[in-house]
Amino acid sequence: MSAALLTVEDLVLDFRTRSGMVHVLDGISLSLGRGEILGVVGESGSGKSVLAYAMMGLLDPAAQIPRGGIRFAGRDMLTESERSLAETRGREIAMIFQSPRTALNPIRRIGAQVQDVLLRHANISKKEARRRAIEALARVRIPDPERRFDAYPFELSGGLCQRVMIAMAMACDPYLLIADEPTTGLDVTTQAVVMDLIREQVRSANASVVLITHDLALAGEYCDRIAVMHAGHIVEIGTTETLLSTPRHPYTTRLIGATPGGHARIEDLASIPGSLPDLRRDLPPCRFIERCDRRLERCAVEKLPSVNLGPDHRVRCWNPL
Amino acid sequence: MTTATAIMEAVRLVKRYPTGHGILHAVDDVSLAIQPGESVGLVGESGCGKSTLVRLLGRLIEPSDGAIVFEGQDIAPVPLRRFVHDKARGRIQVVFQDPTESLNPSLSVFDAVADPIRRLGKAADRKTLASQVRDAIELVGLPPEMEARLPHQLSGGQRARVGIARAIALRPALLILDEPTSALDVSVQAVILRLLADLRSQLGMSYLFVSHDLNVVRLLCSRIIVMYLGRVVEEGPTEALFRQPRHPYTRALLASIPDPARRGQTPWRLEGSASSPIDPSPNVCRFYGRCPRQEARCAETMPELRPMDAAGLHRAACHFAEEIAP
Repeated sequence: MSAALLTVEDLVLDFRTRSGMVHVLDGISLSLGRGEILGVVGESGSGKSVLAYAMMGLLDPAAQIPRGGIRFAGRDMLTESERSLAETRGREIAMIFQSPRTALNPIRRIGAQVQDVLLRHANISKKEARRRAIEALARVRIPDPERRFDAYPFELSGGLCQRVMIAMAMACDPYLLIADEPTTGLDVTTQAVVMDLIREQVRSANASVVLITHDLALAGEYCDRIAVMHAGHIVEIGTTETLLSTPRHPYTTRLIGATPGGHARIEDLASIPGSLPDLRRDLPPCRFIERCDRRLERCAVEKLPSVNLGPDHRVRCWNPL
Repeated sequence: MTTATAIMEAVRLVKRYPTGHGILHAVDDVSLAIQPGESVGLVGESGCGKSTLVRLLGRLIEPSDGAIVFEGQDIAPVPLRRFVHDKARGRIQVVFQDPTESLNPSLSVFDAVADPIRRLGKAADRKTLASQVRDAIELVGLPPEMEARLPHQLSGGQRARVGIARAIALRPALLILDEPTSALDVSVQAVILRLLADLRSQLGMSYLFVSHDLNVVRLLCSRIIVMYLGRVVEEGPTEALFRQPRHPYTRALLASIPDPARRGQTPWRLEGSASSPIDPSPNVCRFYGRCPRQEARCAETMPELRPMDAAGLHRAACHFAEEIAP
């Protein structure tokens, strides 16, 4: 895709730890078009959050990237200076974090926190920033934004705090929004409202979204395309319809089968045997091999292929369904 | 619903907490019954009182008013200090939400499971105790060599199994499960849910299953109770409730379940948050202020639970419950 806003190309990422190298991401490739919502779905430990942080240029110093690249709007995010990254973050790429209560500063008024983003990135007066912060709060439909400007996070419900986070993220009209489990811990009714709001905001700004989630059904409802991660690999990526209706990787199939919804009986709920491999060890080319019922001999020895199954459907498997 | 056969019956159960601003009505006039072997789901948003109700039924806190009839005996008036030695204590067990938080980090798997047996069971000697612990551990599918492990040496799924083993060690008649899988990944959740279904048919327990995930409740429960702001607003057989929700809150709840089939659509959403549970007006419907339908009548008389079908199994507390949703 030439018009891609963000491309990740064969990204390999390791963390140096006291107990050795942890091979967190391996051969990650994806691209994101303008106005597109991409879901990154995986269980805990699959590397989806690290991928999000890498896209933001927010990696821990212990992270090493022996191979691969991340390009955002024509720039190489991995070689960019910290100073220019700081300019990019907040203005061009914004992030919504998992738990709004801990992501917001508990001892500062919420309006001031939205104002900060504007003062940092838009060359405007404090008065103007206040006006635009109130506007941003109103856009995410926080009732009575002028009065709520002076509220502290503890005075707001979890759903309202998440709206403040969205207002902060969208305040400078970013091109890319990275939402890391934005609705975890919220009630399902609030989750629906927050997700509608994220979709509405990015659609009206023609921004793109990377939605990091463990909930395949949620990604299925809101995303145009979905990437499924397992142990640091994107095992399958495709349009939402294709991926959900004709999954080809054995892990995707199991994940769909294990997600409650549409099963007639509890016996129909699929289980996924085993657990994630220890990423500190020397790993076989396919990291799903121990849990897979379709494994072949070559899976343990040959480098995983990236099989194109359609114009926009890719799977990393020697023996796809 | 009053039936002589119910294993657990709450009658007009009330829990109020005094606060600096007034009286908080956490559980307000809740009546429910659980039949032997039945699996009942309890759903509602955070703050609706479902956890308080769970603690009341598990007799972990004192009710302000009402009766809790368990196996024919009203256990509500039994003081907590006496109840911990009551034989009913072992017959009602709770599996808590987060298996990491609810296990004592310094107790081995063996000791965690043995604890309720030592306190309440009649394990004659060490050998009987050990065999009872081994049984419980085997029932939840943990290998025997796990007995010596400490919680931090276990995976999330294994901890969840220990929490369940501890609760079933005394072979309770009623197992109360408070969001038992909410901290787990889907692959592990699927395994634990199937284990819970197996255990119920194997041991003949009744379940009260609290969850925010309606898809999970649908798979595991034959009947669902929906709570809103301290009150039961709807209850009924699972499929009837999914097919034809009668209360606008239940409709909003069902419409919020993530569903890939709804991609691109924006159905009506329940905005805002519940009104305050402190000194609520006894005459106003609790859903007033958030309800799309609200009329003058809703602010004058609080709707009571009414039967929606001939058998009286499906009941809803809304003045307009008979109207079918568009």
